[in-house]
Amino acid sequence: MSTETRSETSEPLAFSPGAEERFQRVLGKYPNTRAALLPSLYLAQEDFGYLSVQAMEYVAERLALPPSKVLQVATFYTMYYKKPHGTHHIEVCTSVPCCMMGGYGVVRHLEGKLGIGVGETTPDGRFTLTEAECLAGCGHAPLMQINGRYHEHLTPERIDEILDGLD
Amino acid sequence: MEKILTRNWNVEGGHTLAHYRSSGGYEAFRKALGLTPEAIIDEVKLSNLRGRGGAGFPTGVKWGFLPRESDVPKYLVINADEGEPGTFKDRYIMERDPHRLLEGCLISAWALGLKATYIYIRGEMVFGAEQLEAAIEELHEAGLLGEDIQGSGLSHDIHVHRGAGAYICGEETALIESLEGKAGQPRLKPPFPAVVGVFGCPTIVNNVETIACVPTIIERGGEWFAEQGSERNGGPKLAQLSGRVKNPGTYEVPSGLNLREFIFDEAWGGGILGDGALKGVIPGGSSCPVLTPDEIDVGMDFDQLMKAGSMGGTSGVIVISEDVCIVRLAARTAHFYHHESCGQCTPCREGTGWVARILDEIEAGRGRMEDLDLLLEICDNVEGNTICPLGDAMAMPVRAFLMKYRDEFEQHIREGACPFPEW
Ligand SMILES: Cc1cc2nc3c(=O)[nH]c(=O)nc-3n(C[C@H](O)[C@H](O)[C@H](O)COP(=O)(O)O)c2cc1C
Ligand code: SF4
Ligand code: FES
Repeated sequence: MSTETRSETSEPLAFSPGAEERFQRVLGKYPNTRAALLPSLYLAQEDFGYLSVQAMEYVAERLALPPSKVLQVATFYTMYYKKPHGTHHIEVCTSVPCCMMGGYGVVRHLEGKLGIGVGETTPDGRFTLTEAECLAGCGHAPLMQINGRYHEHLTPERIDEILDGLD
Repeated sequence: MEKILTRNWNVEGGHTLAHYRSSGGYEAFRKALGLTPEAIIDEVKLSNLRGRGGAGFPTGVKWGFLPRESDVPKYLVINADEGEPGTFKDRYIMERDPHRLLEGCLISAWALGLKATYIYIRGEMVFGAEQLEAAIEELHEAGLLGEDIQGSGLSHDIHVHRGAGAYICGEETALIESLEGKAGQPRLKPPFPAVVGVFGCPTIVNNVETIACVPTIIERGGEWFAEQGSERNGGPKLAQLSGRVKNPGTYEVPSGLNLREFIFDEAWGGGILGDGALKGVIPGGSSCPVLTPDEIDVGMDFDQLMKAGSMGGTSGVIVISEDVCIVRLAARTAHFYHHESCGQCTPCREGTGWVARILDEIEAGRGRMEDLDLLLEICDNVEGNTICPLGDAMAMPVRAFLMKYRDEFEQHIREGACPFPEW
């Protein structure tokens, strides 16, 4: 894995100034600090690259929560990454309406093109491929998200074009 | 029909405060400030607005459950977790017309005496969350949010809270747990959120589309809104078409529109992809029992679809053509609910997985005839025996597939293979 993440350094973790500012704003949104846990985990994930044990302990300390509670939440939700992730996270919808419209064909095409299976990351750390459940775009199937952006009405040619356009 | 909910969707800059105001936006809020809270709640009752999140509960009645006086703050939580397969309407409201939702929040805040609104949006909807944040910022700048808004005495704030990838957080009590910073596991009811909701305070949970209807109800009156729908089902609604249909998409239709017309009329679905034959229709998102082609001469509202043996759900209509394998569809449905089960109740956690595995075996040509009755028995044991309706959401559609297309299941078992092409 060539992706460098701040999670892996041996120095004690701390939010970058930008993340710290956003963290303070998040705290102001809720009547108690516990409620700030989900947004704080997102901040830590963005700032440190992924949610290592160290990163989760840091969030626990900042919110004065037991580390076990933080771990429980971080593992319940699929959008928190407990190990390093590719720069581009490709998620293909294969839920009921999409699977009728070629969702699995998109998965197979990407597996062949990237040389990895679902749930895996390319050795150069550029791409992670996962299957997603319904992404609320069923009328534009088949579709995928890359880092949260929608790409709809996919064909093999469209997919190649989209991937070639990424850095 | 006049477009209301989708009016700004295809307009350049339609999501901005400037555009929303130029088409009369926030006039309903101004009007509401001149009305008593009781008068507003009465209009909403009169409108026959029913929750657009799936259950179809009358919104005015729900609002009536909120205590008028309270020593602790009261909250509005907007359910923007849209995750039921076949449903794609709330995302467009938030991306293309966020102010319609925000105006609805402000009117609700005035009518119900609410301290703040939390919009719980699916983590995957990154753009929707950005659009909402930008629209909220515009409101602050315009003095329409914050302390003593426009000298009305109403103080209110609206916050966006992103989920993190868990379908179950669409269930209102799981959503509340998640908003409080916990794993999204549904609570036992009662108490209902209107009594004990988020942060232990009285809370109204409503769907995005539900609250986006409120400005129109105040602008035109509850009676007008009720007239746009069918009996006891008021207003226009956003119906969605997906699957094997020529013109998939989200359409604004009167509540109670005929389902067959919606699929075949040129104004909407335009018929089956490739002009093939219709095999079945799931009328309201993947948790609703399938209807066969002879069952779809029915109005798309909560009561008529219930009478037809299915449910109105989210009005997410999924079209199945003759070349689609029902066994595979049933298996995929069961896998979805198994994957999304929060694991608290044994019947749901174990039953959804067991059903999915049996269906996989049948699809792979390794099924046995006795599996079919076993499937029905498991569905019976799951349904009604769980904390939240997610277990039912697996059991009801799987049972309907099996009862209505049983010969297709038997054919798989007899021939030891799936007779349909790969997808
Ligand atoms: C498993 C499950 C998932 C749900 N998902 C959603 C959802 O994504 N969006 C939604 O608005 N309601 C969803 N609901 C319904 C909510 O629990 C609740 O009824 C709704 O938010 C109430 O708002 P409404 O009355 O305006 O429809 C779900 C219910 C269950 C049981
Ligand atoms: S029915 Fe399923 S999802 Fe609902 S509370 Fe029980 S285990 Fe969780
Ligand atoms: S099923 Fe794929 S987006 Fe809904």
